[in-house]
Amino acid sequence: MLLAGVLAPFVLAVFAPTVKRVAGPATGWLLALLPAALTVYFAQFIGTVSSGGTITFSTPWVSDLSIHLSFYVDGLSLLFALLISGIGTFIVLYAATYLAKHADLGRFLMFILMFMGSMLGLVLADNVVTLFVFWELTSITSFLLIGFNHASPRSRRAALQALVVTGGGGLALLAGLLLMAQAGGSMELSTLLQSGDLLRDHPHYLAILILVLMGAFTKSAQAPFHFWLPNAMEAPTPVSAYLHSATMVKAGVYLLARVNPGLGGTEIWQTVLVAFGAVTFLIGAVLAIRNTDLKLMLAQTTVASLGLLVFLIGLGEEVALEAAMAYLFAHSLFKGALFMAAGSVDHGTGTREITRLSGLGKAMPITFAAAALAAVSMSGLPPFIGFIAKEWVYKATMGDFWPLAITGVAILGNALMFAVALLVGFKPFLGRQSETPKHPHEGGPGLWLGPVTLAALGLLAGLFNGLSGGLLVGPAVWAVAGEQVSVDLYLWGGFKTPLFLSLATIALGIVLLWRSRAISSTLAATFDRMWGPDRGYDQFLDLLIGTARTVTARLQTGTLRHYLLVTMLIVAAVLLLPVAQMGDLDITFRIPATDFYIFGIAALALAGGFSIAVFRSRLIAILSMGVLGVAVALVFLLFSAPDLAFTQLMVETLSVVILALVIARLPIYRSDWRGWPRAVRDSIIAGAVGVGFTLLLLSITSRTLDLALSEYFAARSYTEAYGRNIVNVILVDFRALDTFGEIAVVVIAGVAVLSLLAMGGRSLAGAGRAPDSAPDSAPDSAVTGKETS
Amino acid sequence: MNSLILKTATPFLVGLTVLFSIYVLLRGHNVPGGGFIGGLIGASAFATYTINEGVAATRRAMVFHPVSIAGVGLFIAGLSGVASLLFGDAFMTGQWWFPSFAPDLKYLSTVVLFDIGVYLVVVGAIVAIIIGLEEST
Repeated sequence: MLLAGVLAPFVLAVFAPTVKRVAGPATGWLLALLPAALTVYFAQFIGTVSSGGTITFSTPWVSDLSIHLSFYVDGLSLLFALLISGIGTFIVLYAATYLAKHADLGRFLMFILMFMGSMLGLVLADNVVTLFVFWELTSITSFLLIGFNHASPRSRRAALQALVVTGGGGLALLAGLLLMAQAGGSMELSTLLQSGDLLRDHPHYLAILILVLMGAFTKSAQAPFHFWLPNAMEAPTPVSAYLHSATMVKAGVYLLARVNPGLGGTEIWQTVLVAFGAVTFLIGAVLAIRNTDLKLMLAQTTVASLGLLVFLIGLGEEVALEAAMAYLFAHSLFKGALFMAAGSVDHGTGTREITRLSGLGKAMPITFAAAALAAVSMSGLPPFIGFIAKEWVYKATMGDFWPLAITGVAILGNALMFAVALLVGFKPFLGRQSETPKHPHEGGPGLWLGPVTLAALGLLAGLFNGLSGGLLVGPAVWAVAGEQVSVDLYLWGGFKTPLFLSLATIALGIVLLWRSRAISSTLAATFDRMWGPDRGYDQFLDLLIGTARTVTARLQTGTLRHYLLVTMLIVAAVLLLPVAQMGDLDITFRIPATDFYIFGIAALALAGGFSIAVFRSRLIAILSMGVLGVAVALVFLLFSAPDLAFTQLMVETLSVVILALVIARLPIYRSDWRGWPRAVRDSIIAGAVGVGFTLLLLSITSRTLDLALSEYFAARSYTEAYGRNIVNVILVDFRALDTFGEIAVVVIAGVAVLSLLAMGGRSLAGAGRAPDSAPDSAPDSAVTGKETS
Repeated sequence: MNSLILKTATPFLVGLTVLFSIYVLLRGHNVPGGGFIGGLIGASAFATYTINEGVAATRRAMVFHPVSIAGVGLFIAGLSGVASLLFGDAFMTGQWWFPSFAPDLKYLSTVVLFDIGVYLVVVGAIVAIIIGLEEST
């Protein structure tokens, strides 16, 4: 059933464009039925999970590698699954209204549903490989969604950037997960994370930690990878509201929370998470107040919130984990609502520039109400869930981990968030109505239903804190902490330090709000020209592509002679370096007592080789090579390898025919004279290869051959494959798959030669061909069609 | 090429060589031979023909485009491997048929079919290259 729940969005995604064509304006309402049903489906687990139970499902996938499609519902995955399907319901509705006039709405909804399925799979996965597969699927669907407006170069760049950053992190994560599975001896997270001490004391702990953190930090936009998230705001607003606030970017946080019982609690875990989280928190908050675009402001506060979450998980104490889960819940509600409200403002007025927006409250009362409620929750004022979350943050910072410094960071960050929340939630709606590109108007119910519900939920969750704490946040904390702890959220904690810190935050926030315009322009003047990771990303890509180009230009000269030179040099190195490395060679050289005509064949081969080297005419060289080859074939024949001899003879014959055709028909030099320096260089390389092969053969024949394989095939060739010709039986039966691959290559080579000839014919058309058809002409007279053609 | 002897002998030579190549192909399971060698011999027959009679004559003689022949060969070879799947064996496990009228034949099998595929691939691909080179003048 769980599997069906995860796969259902993918199935529906396939039909989304069809539904759109058939249903028209009702599309959103129809498609939203699935996530709504999923929400109900997951909600029925609340009872089991909040009483400490779990639900599992597993079906074999690649059993040999112990990879299963296994899913697992505990408090953490349930909280996420409910947020994904619940917010997803409103996002589908919102998107169908927001993009109603867009030609590709069907495709957009398809991507959104695919993303929903991926995200559900990610948070429910138990097997590490299943987790990774869905993790990468979220990266890919996110790429598709950010690049939805594919005609815009900025959009394409943002999509690629998000894919490069999160995909790169995903690869690190795969390595980390596999190492972790190996260290813990299980592929299933539920088993793996119970053996936390095993992981923490493992010699690979540091490697696992770094790799897993790379995955989590890139996905959750932690500094210095935070740059892709604001850029991803190129995506249509429903995407920003869904992926880049409530769900996908939280996948990294989810991962950290998930592995906390296994990897967490060590000093390095605490230090790294707290440090990166705190820096990200401040960077995000500062950049949020610097921006004036509603979506960018929200995006930067998302970066800040993700930093705060990482920071809290890093602190790792019970109260910090409670704070993290409460804040995660609160953030998804208010940020989703605010993003959708910002989108509605953009939709209604045609601009998102906060400096140009004011007094919309009259024209857009419902959006205003939603934005205001969400903003109050975000700013951390009672009685919203955001307030409780912030109180808990302060409780958490007063532990024994650098209390003063991190409390300071929390106050500053929260004050900035307070200011930005009120700016975004109230500034566009209050005061005198401003001039906007479009006449401001309220959108349909699809546009306001989502923000209003989410914002209201933020209020209800705060008021009924016993329910939200006991049913959702509490079980999630159990999963993160690895044990059942009692979680009791409340609004009024008495006149204690957290309350005073809250008051200090509000006071500082009001000052920041009052001076926000000045702060924004000061920050813009200071930081906008500075080097940042976003520019670093460009420089990195330029460097990568530049290096690739240089290397390619060096390696792929387009000259066959050059390729042969490099190939032969490497062959020589491969043959001779081991000899040089090992020093003494175990070679006993003896001339076998054989018939006298063997020496005749050897003389034939030598004569062939000699005339290849000496004659300048290419045709003679080719014929001499044929002579050499035939001599080798004779050797095969005399030493009882008739199959080889047979084949060698035919190959030599056909090579001579084909090469002679090439010489005779194609416009290339008839003569091969390369000047003394090159002749010497080429002879040295050729000599090295020759010496290398000789040494190799001598050393092989000097020791006893391992005949195990030969005996195996000899014994089974007739009894099992009914053939007496062992060579052929190996080719067509024992190793038929290899042969199949080889003949496929033969076909491809044939097609490739034909297409090369077809291309050559085109470019040669004007160049003419060698006028001289005599096979052996003077070096300089046959240069008409140069080798470059 | 202006060799009268070669020109006169070509039709006989080519016919015999093709016949011989098929013989080599079919005997391959028990004595030296097989699809690859047979294919090379067959290709050399067509090479001789092309050099003496020209590309157009070879194309007529082969009936099908050489690349198509190679493609069909590859297809046959692949198909011969699929047969074993129907009998529940792994891909490319040799399947044998021992007809009741000749129980000791030990010849009719997907393995021989595979070898025929190899033969066609080699003939087709090499003739395609030779014809292509001849035509590119």
